[in-house]
Amino acid sequence: MDVEAKAARKALIADVLSEYPPKTAKKRGKHLNVFEEGDTDCGVKSNIKSVPGVMTVRGCAYAGAKGVVWGPIKDVVHVSHGPVGCGQYSWGQRRNYVSGAVTGVNSWVAMQVTSDYQEKDIVFGGDKKLDKVIDEIESMFPLNHGISVMSECPVGLIGDDIEAVAKRRSAQLGKLIAPVRCEGFRGVSQSLGHHIANDVMRDHIVDKSAGKEFDGTPYDVLIVGDYNIGGDAWASRMLIEEMGLRVIGQWSGDASVAEVEHGVHAKLNLIHCYRSMNYICRHMEEKYGVPWLEFNFFGPTRIARSLRAIAEHFDDRIKEGAERVIAKYAPMADAVIAKYRPRLEGKKIMLYVGGLRPRHVTDAYGDLGMEVTATGYEFAHADDYQRTTKYIKDGTLVYDDASEFELEKFIQSIKPDLVGSGIKEKYGTQKLGVPFRQMHSWDYSGPYHGYDGFAVFARDMDLAINNPVWGMHKAPWKAA
Amino acid sequence: MPQSAERIKDHATLFNEPEYRALFERKKAFECGATAEEVAKQAEYINSWEYREKNLAREALTVNPAKACQPLGAVFAAVGFERTLAFNHGSQGCTAYFRSHLARHFKEPCAAVSTSMTEDAAVFGGMQNLVDGLSNAYTVYKPNMIAISTTCIAEVIGDDLTSFIQKARRDGSIPENFPAPQAHTPSFVGSHVTGYDAMVKSVLNTFWEGKTREPNARINIVPGFDGFAVGNNRELKRMLAEFGIDYTLISDASDVFDTPTDGTYRMFDGGTSLEAVAEALNSKATVAMQKYCSEKTLELAAAVGQETASFHYPLGIGATDDLLMKLSALSGKPIPASLEKERGRLVDAMADSSAWLHGKTYSVFGDPDFVYGMTRFLLEMGAEPIHLLSTNGGREWEAEMKTLLAASPYGARAQVWPGKDLWAMRSLLATEPSEFLIGSSYGKYLERDLGIPLIRLAFPIFDRHHHHRFPTWGYSGGLRVMIAILDKILDVLDVETAKTGISFDLVR
Repeated sequence: MDVEAKAARKALIADVLSEYPPKTAKKRGKHLNVFEEGDTDCGVKSNIKSVPGVMTVRGCAYAGAKGVVWGPIKDVVHVSHGPVGCGQYSWGQRRNYVSGAVTGVNSWVAMQVTSDYQEKDIVFGGDKKLDKVIDEIESMFPLNHGISVMSECPVGLIGDDIEAVAKRRSAQLGKLIAPVRCEGFRGVSQSLGHHIANDVMRDHIVDKSAGKEFDGTPYDVLIVGDYNIGGDAWASRMLIEEMGLRVIGQWSGDASVAEVEHGVHAKLNLIHCYRSMNYICRHMEEKYGVPWLEFNFFGPTRIARSLRAIAEHFDDRIKEGAERVIAKYAPMADAVIAKYRPRLEGKKIMLYVGGLRPRHVTDAYGDLGMEVTATGYEFAHADDYQRTTKYIKDGTLVYDDASEFELEKFIQSIKPDLVGSGIKEKYGTQKLGVPFRQMHSWDYSGPYHGYDGFAVFARDMDLAINNPVWGMHKAPWKAA
Repeated sequence: MPQSAERIKDHATLFNEPEYRALFERKKAFECGATAEEVAKQAEYINSWEYREKNLAREALTVNPAKACQPLGAVFAAVGFERTLAFNHGSQGCTAYFRSHLARHFKEPCAAVSTSMTEDAAVFGGMQNLVDGLSNAYTVYKPNMIAISTTCIAEVIGDDLTSFIQKARRDGSIPENFPAPQAHTPSFVGSHVTGYDAMVKSVLNTFWEGKTREPNARINIVPGFDGFAVGNNRELKRMLAEFGIDYTLISDASDVFDTPTDGTYRMFDGGTSLEAVAEALNSKATVAMQKYCSEKTLELAAAVGQETASFHYPLGIGATDDLLMKLSALSGKPIPASLEKERGRLVDAMADSSAWLHGKTYSVFGDPDFVYGMTRFLLEMGAEPIHLLSTNGGREWEAEMKTLLAASPYGARAQVWPGKDLWAMRSLLATEPSEFLIGSSYGKYLERDLGIPLIRLAFPIFDRHHHHRFPTWGYSGGLRVMIAILDKILDVLDVETAKTGISFDLVR
């Protein structure tokens, strides 16, 4: 990007900051930057408390723990422990698909199970209620392979001892009862919830089951940090199996407890969402010597690179397998690009998402001739922004924990051809006449992972950008 | 290969392809799941009477409740006032959830801010968060009012909102006289309908307290928490205009949840003006369209000397008659001939279709006022309600429902279920089914599991678009409700009769 354009973007940041009270402008200024190629990070602060009252997009630890990491485990009953709201609003909203299960019989992912705290539970404590909740879950859902207790704010404030209840009942019932201390006030975003969820997974499943018998092979791998939104993990698994590897578990999209239990026997952990599950990978590396590899299955360029990088960890049979997979899908991917690239070439994209997406989808857009011109994360840490530098171009606008006010200003100024963000941002952006795709839930579409998913991704970007409605928002008698 | 550029398959069909079926089988080997026999046995068991009894006897566990929490209602109430910013004092995740939840239903943006309380605020109190939050919200979004509600954390640690807001005024976060109503709305008390009530009452209090009432002929109307607010409030205003009644809608979210796509994003749009809120003290009466959304508000109205009246989400003929007669009595204006004609049109349509509607059986779930209003209309159609369930309905609602049912021969088979959730409804429908189910999108799991067609007429509706833009209240609204039901009946009949071809009739 030329010097003038970069200066204009810096001026835009200054302009946006000028509308805040001075104290807030100073704080928010550290989270906004224009990327300089060659820098080792994006020049923004991250993982810091949100400023009150500016309308952060962030959620909470509960959202990270129940909504992201634990919630997709299909044979566990996840109790939203506390008042009714948290479980109600997160019910069925992440589209974590499951296979081969009957909801309410041997899978509870698409259900809202809660202790529905009332005032008396706050006054007298809720541990007795939790005890009874566990009894009633056993009676209602006897095929469960465990119960997770996902704490909501009041639980941690009134001094409930969910760990004690879980320990006693787990011993008594001989099954997993996992106390997850993910009260929404902990940490600064969803991110701490991921970490807490990883730690509980470590303590209550991984370490406890490490000694269990397992019939392993040299080709066993885990898919970690893929929540199977719209079937993503399946589209990824397809390729990994086709190259000759054996997937012994998916963490945690469409996962069972058993898949988490035999994870330590993997020869390599393949991590999709670094942000939400790097903690458990580091633990498994330190304690069990399982190496881990970040991979990116968005778009053919990155898929091919990732397949080869994965194969590097194995023998020639797998390396040949990777080449075979790439060759098999290349004609289909090329046909997708031939079909859509002419319709999408040169389009500018603005992203504001979480996890890994603000960087990982960049080259999938690139495969279709599009360019990410601005990007940012809701709950990233410094290491995410370092990784981002390998994806983005010089002059990219970067924002961390952006407020709705900032996003609207940036969209109005940059006038992208497409914004990819969340449900809270979708409709306001569309009012501006700017096409939008939800990039958390794939806007009720997907999968976007793997070659099969790339076709869907390309189709969806085209239908979003090129729908005729975007030519209609100005009345003809008003069009300048 | 399952995928191709010519015919791109997404999640809806891709995973039915043989390659993915085989993948699921391979995966299954690692799952160590319940056996097919165990699953089949339990799947059958959960449809049994024995399971139903255990299910209904639950005391601690809630499964698939059809209710949300107080601050959601407070946010909904707040955005119904002119340039009012909903402001939650508590953890930021709550606010993210309210915004998402309302956006998913209305397919509209929903603005609300949080004070983003974290662990240190939990220990030391959230005063600084509130003071800073008000300053930022006021400066950045330039609202005319900031409506403050609380979420759990602030209530559990006992934050003193009144003194915090005073401090914020002293510190210059907001001007001295800037309206900042406050509602205590923890999630562990009531539901979204009581949260709505708390916020509306607080807004009125903010403008009414210490003022002398000079009564006039105006009528205040409180619509209540309503997923169909966009259509219903506009219909209400149209009917009132037909009447020529001087009125004020107290909280009107019909514009803010229905803004145009024309190149401008309106964070605020329409809503009850703050002048009108202040002036509403002088109104002759306050009428609540939904009793359980307005109990505290009506207490306040009565306390300042207004007449009050309440309804239960008026759907159909009798409920609309009652509403219009009440409005006529309060205003002294006759019921307009135009509305009487609309009444006749609805009766006409009901008569035309009565053969299809009569005797059909329905179960209904949702907020207490909705279930009451819907049941009343079903009885008018000669339909027979079976299970009437409201997770946030209590004993008083149950008694009112039973009185309603007792007054109609079509109510004889109905059972009323206060406080129960949709997992209980599953057992009820598995053991004593009705032909149709009326409620929110949450009912789609019951539709799938039990094969009972769902008619979506209650909040939240996430998986169908735009129905909330059309009214269900009044005679015209009643027509829409009846058509929604009738379409479902006839669509189901066509699908069923197409299987043999017998009775697949062109004319119904």
